Parts: sequence; structure tokens; C-alpha cells
Amino acid sequence: MRKNWWKIVCIVLLIYTSIGGLLFAVPRLNIVNETIRALYFHVPMWFGMVMMFLISTIYAVLYLKNPLAKHDTYSYSFAHVGLVLGLLGIVTGMIWANYTWGSPWHGDPKQTGAAIALLVYFAYFVLRGSVSNDEQKARLSAVYNIFAFTAMIPLIFIIPRMTSSMHPGSGGNPGFNMYDLDSKMRMVFYPAVIGWILMGTWIATLRIRIQLVKEKIEDIEDGQAH
Amino acid sequence: MLKLIQKEFVLELRRKSVISGLALYLFSTVFIYYLTFNLRQNLINPLVWSALFWVTILFSSVNTIAKSFIGEKRGQEIYFYSLTSPESIIFSKLLYNFLLSTVLSFAGFGLFILFINNPIADNFIFALTILLTSWGFSSSLTLLSSIAAKANNSNILMTVLSFPIVISILLLAIKITKNCIDELDRSTSYDELLTLLAINCLVTAMSYLLFPYIWRS
Repeated sequence: MRKNWWKIVCIVLLIYTSIGGLLFAVPRLNIVNETIRALYFHVPMWFGMVMMFLISTIYAVLYLKNPLAKHDTYSYSFAHVGLVLGLLGIVTGMIWANYTWGSPWHGDPKQTGAAIALLVYFAYFVLRGSVSNDEQKARLSAVYNIFAFTAMIPLIFIIPRMTSSMHPGSGGNPGFNMYDLDSKMRMVFYPAVIGWILMGTWIATLRIRIQLVKEKIEDIEDGQAH
Repeated sequence: MLKLIQKEFVLELRRKSVISGLALYLFSTVFIYYLTFNLRQNLINPLVWSALFWVTILFSSVNTIAKSFIGEKRGQEIYFYSLTSPESIIFSKLLYNFLLSTVLSFAGFGLFILFINNPIADNFIFALTILLTSWGFSSSLTLLSSIAAKANNSNILMTVLSFPIVISILLLAIKITKNCIDELDRSTSYDELLTLLAINCLVTAMSYLLFPYIWRS
């Protein structure tokens, strides 16, 4: 419980990226210009989301191997935070697209992929809501979680790379690759990614703690009722 | 295991109403397309054709495969549970659903040719695509149907769970169909076909690995 150093690191990194992301000099590139600063805020959301979903899936695998209620709580708390990060990612992307592409929704392959990824995890929570037996709920949602995550990999990582897209980084548009991301931007970008992942983990651990305390209270109340 | 596959077929053939219901479902869908687009025949350009075709196939596959577990009775499941391993059950269901959805897709293709038209230039690649998508649909939907069967309001849940998952298969299929319609060289579709194959293998392996956990509950 005394291992709080990573929370301090998280706060420092996020303050640094908010200041650095808005104030540091950025390279001038075609089309994107100043909006390249969205890289510091939009892209880390996706990194964070994929990371949260990955952790959630790992806990789902652990649950199937060893069915403890704790693993299930971990799994869905991380999925919850991943969903929030994904929503933030899509909203920041839409704000950026509104200025650069002229409208918030463009039916770009990357946008559709992201929207479907979010739908998958909405379906996950619908599934959780419609099973009443706790143990069965945990097992079914763990199975769906693993299945959905593997089915999502081609959607996010493979198909967008096969189709042409207006999204920066593909189709000849400047963006996130080793040639146009100069080393100064990396100085802000990587801390931002780490910072948001830590932030997500922090929120998830808080949710887990609340959930565990709730379960404990319920157990005690059950004990008193008998 | 052969017995199990045989059982699926026998059961299905005995329930003639289900098969004819499916056939009628497909037929009436295509017929409705025909009637609604009849006024302006030129409205159906090849792109609209492929969209209509795949949406029809998607819905009829979901309806068909959904009942593979939802239709089973409680006592029957316990009987199978005591009799065989979950692996052979999922395998027989997969194979059976694969065959059923392949037949369904080709029947749908035939109906589309009959009532609307046939814009497909490269029949071989298109047939390959139908086979691969049927495999992908059956392997992902079978597992989801077994999940949905355990929950309440399973029919709605089945659609909600399955659409995000099968969309990647569907997108690839539509892309290959477009290549087939445009008479592009076959080599342009190879990438997509390979990706489709890879996704299918992945999804089948996952269903095979995960099914025992659902079966146990």
C-alpha cells in the first residue's frame, strides 16, 4: 500500500505533457500544421485503451484458469476504464477531424475500426447486465472478453493498414512515423503515453477497491441478516 | 464424434419446418428486394448488389446459427455432457453450421441471380469468398450462440454480441466482392483472402479453446 511512487510519476508526467504539448515548438507539416499537437492528447488515448483492454483480457484468462471473484472484478474494471479512454480518443479525434477534414465523422477506416472496437465492449457490458447468476456472469463475460479481444486485433491493427485512409500516418499523409516525428516531439509523446496508461491504471485500481469494499459490506450485511 | 455430426443432420432433417422456414426466409428477403427495387431496375448497381447480398447472408446466418444452442433443451445438454467431451461437441456443431451456412449462402447467390442479376465476373474467387465467410461466420457465431443461450433474452443478445465480431469478416468479404465485380486481376484479392483465412483460423482456434469453459457451467 505504500507503493505510491507511480501515482506521483503519473501526475508529473501529465502536467508536463499538458504544458509541453501546448507550448513547445512543433514542426510545420503539410495539412496538419498546428493541429499536430493533437498527437500528444489523441494518440495516447488509444495506447491507453488498448493497454487497458489487454490487462482486462489477461485477467479474464486468469479467471478462467482460476475462478476467483477478484479476477473478474479486475477484468471488468479495466474494461470500463478502457472504454472511457476509447470514448475520449474518439471525441478528441472528432474535434481534430472537424478542423482538418471539415467534418467530425468521415467514415474513415480508422474511425470505423475504433467505433466497432467500442461497440464490442459495449456489448460486453450488455452481456454482463443480462446474466443474473454471478458466477455464470463472470465466466461468460470472461470468455466473451477473450474472444472479442482476439477478434478485435485484425480490426484495429491489420485492416486499417490494408486500406487507404486519410488518417495521418497512412496514404502519404504526414503523421506518426519515424520520418516526420522529430525527436523533440518524442520527448513529449512518450511521457504522454506512459502518463495516460498510469492514469488509467490508477482509476481502475480505485474502482476495484470500491467494488471490493462493496462486496465486503454486502457479505457483512448478509451475515447479520442470518 | 461422427455420431454427433450424424445426430445434428438427423435432427435437422426431421425438423423439416425449420429448414423450409429458413429457405422461405431467404426467399422472401430476396423477393422483397426484387419488389422494392422493381420500379427502378437500374438502381441496383453492383455496389448496392454486394451490400444487399452480404446483409442478407449475415442475417440469415445469424438466425440459423443462433438456434444451434438456443434451441437445445436443458435435459439434452446434461445428457450430452455425460456422454462426450466438449471438444467433440463444438467440433460437430462447427462443421454442421459451416455446411448449413455454405448451402444457405450459395442458395442466396442463386436467388440473387434469379431475381436481381449477376454482376460477378470472377466466379471462382467469389465462391472461395463465400466458403471462407461461411466458415468465419459459423465459427464465431457458434461460440456466441452458446454464450447467448446461457443468458436471458438470448435472441437480442445474440445480435448485439455477434455484429461487432463478424464485421471484420464482412468488411473483407465486401472488399473481395468489389474486386470480383470490377474484374480486377485475381492477384489483387489474394491479400484479403489470406487475411480472411487467418482470421478464420484464429476465431476457430479461440472457439475450440474457450468452449469447454462455457459448457461446464
